[in-house]
Amino acid sequence: MAKATGLTWTIEDADHMTQAEIYGEVLTQIGLKDKRVVALTADLARSTKIGKFEEKIPERFYNVGIAEANMIAIASGMTEAGLIPVVSTFATFASMRAAEFVRTDLCYQKRPVKIIATHSGTSFGQAGTTHHCTEDLAIMRSFAGMTVIAPADAYETARAVAACIDWPGPVYIRIGRGFEPPMHKSMDFDFEIGKAIRLREGRDLTIIATGVCVLQALEAAERAAQNGVSVRVLDMHTIKPLDEDAVREALLDTRRIITVEDHTVIGGLGDAVADVIARTGKGCAFRKLGYQDCFSMVGYYEDLLHNYGLDADGITDAIAQVLKAEFEQDEDWEDEI
Amino acid sequence: MLDAKERKRLKDKARQLREKIVEVTYTCGGAHIGGAFSQHEILVALYYKAMTVDPKRPDWEDRDRFILSKGHGGIGHAVILGDLGYFDPKLLMDFNKTGSPFGMHLDRLKVPGVDFSTGSLGHGLALGVGAALGARQVGKAWHTYVVLSDGECAEGSVWEAAMAASNFKVSNLTAIIDRNKFSLDGPTETLMRLEPLDKKFEAFGWKALSIDGHDFDQILDAIEEARAEKERPTVIVASTVKGKGVDFMEDKAAWHYAGLDDAMRDKALACIRAGK
Repeated sequence: MAKATGLTWTIEDADHMTQAEIYGEVLTQIGLKDKRVVALTADLARSTKIGKFEEKIPERFYNVGIAEANMIAIASGMTEAGLIPVVSTFATFASMRAAEFVRTDLCYQKRPVKIIATHSGTSFGQAGTTHHCTEDLAIMRSFAGMTVIAPADAYETARAVAACIDWPGPVYIRIGRGFEPPMHKSMDFDFEIGKAIRLREGRDLTIIATGVCVLQALEAAERAAQNGVSVRVLDMHTIKPLDEDAVREALLDTRRIITVEDHTVIGGLGDAVADVIARTGKGCAFRKLGYQDCFSMVGYYEDLLHNYGLDADGITDAIAQVLKAEFEQDEDWEDEI
Repeated sequence: MLDAKERKRLKDKARQLREKIVEVTYTCGGAHIGGAFSQHEILVALYYKAMTVDPKRPDWEDRDRFILSKGHGGIGHAVILGDLGYFDPKLLMDFNKTGSPFGMHLDRLKVPGVDFSTGSLGHGLALGVGAALGARQVGKAWHTYVVLSDGECAEGSVWEAAMAASNFKVSNLTAIIDRNKFSLDGPTETLMRLEPLDKKFEAFGWKALSIDGHDFDQILDAIEEARAEKERPTVIVASTVKGKGVDFMEDKAAWHYAGLDDAMRDKALACIRAGK
């Protein structure tokens, strides 16, 4: 396949510290200070970068072999001793192979186990559908008591990992394969679980994006600005609990909303946002970008995002469509929202 | 070896609590009574002799941990916890009723004394491995006990946990299998063969002991032997009788889950009392 347009990076471009490497480093720093923190993996210490923890703190590192469900239950048991286990494996295994263990042994029992699920979405592009994970946001947000976070880049991942340790109950942090480009310039920004980051102001339309798609949304908003269209961009890093106020404000201020996620359009960010919109009873031009009830083809991640309309090109097309879309106007809009 | 007085104390307690299980089953309309009776002496031995627990401090951090991996035995577990004073045993009369803290499978956040919420089979051994590893990590001396059903051993996750327990040399973990030889749909050996169960665990690196699961001397001797083992986890394969103590229930898969009418209750109670 020809190199797709829309992205300026490739998976070979890893001379900066990657998303996964930064989380590995941050987690190690946390572990050195906080003896409650233990790290577990299921034969993916190197792939997930949680192996950095093992290098520095081997006495609090457990590799359970290729047994993800077992890892989750063991982590649950460890909390009985006051420990805070951080487990890392690929998103597809954490969210689906081990799903019932996550639900029953972590969420139901309110156990403070933190899951760092790597290689989410189609970030492991060439590995194919067995190693893609476009369902985890939907699965995880359906579990009562689970907090679900999809950081936009390495810096945000670092902030999320730091924030999750003392956050009550289980947390699911979804990141990519580790080669995603940075969106923030440093770790110095306001980050709060459950609070969207308004990255760009806009009047005509709001893009609510999560994970790797946030950077693409910013790029699309920049292009729109060059054409005189004012686009707000929300980095919705926390899928649950969702920042409903930010969604309602976007609805009130711009009346046109696009959601973007490296995930199926069923049950993820888009549906969470749609639920908030529907409850307001207000008309809104709305479009969900994601995988449209399909499994992804194999390929380079940037090609896949382009093919499925999740990069700046695809979002730009969606902006044009949503600007043209009609919706019911309410005379008393501002009174009732 | 127990002295005669201690043996009688445990046997009397077991009989009294078996009667209580019949009463609660009668009142609540149905329960997993067959498995509650097969596991019964194991749980009585643990709670009234072997384990270090304090009903006045259910969250005491130095207590031994207990996991009923066969969560459907919850009625037997709840009756013991009520008897020990973890909660008012009168509450058990609401078992299964809408809004009750007690369902068939006990919830640790609702029932004081329950360390882990179970019910979905194949979770408990891994939870136990975690609890035991956690104790070792923080330097605590408490021991973790997991009671499994035999049918549950068809779950692959049991063997993931068995492998991990052995790999990490979790000797502060003891698993006891209630080997009543029945799962829901029939005898384990014709449904999904388990034997040689002890040899399977040995092959996974465990110390394996085989005992009569209704004999207090054998149960407590085996637990003592397990506690003395410092290199590997121990499994006690406890041969039991499903529905033990009530003649019309014994070895009948139909009594996995059932209710009791007045005549059955009276007959069951008479049978248990005659077992003196």
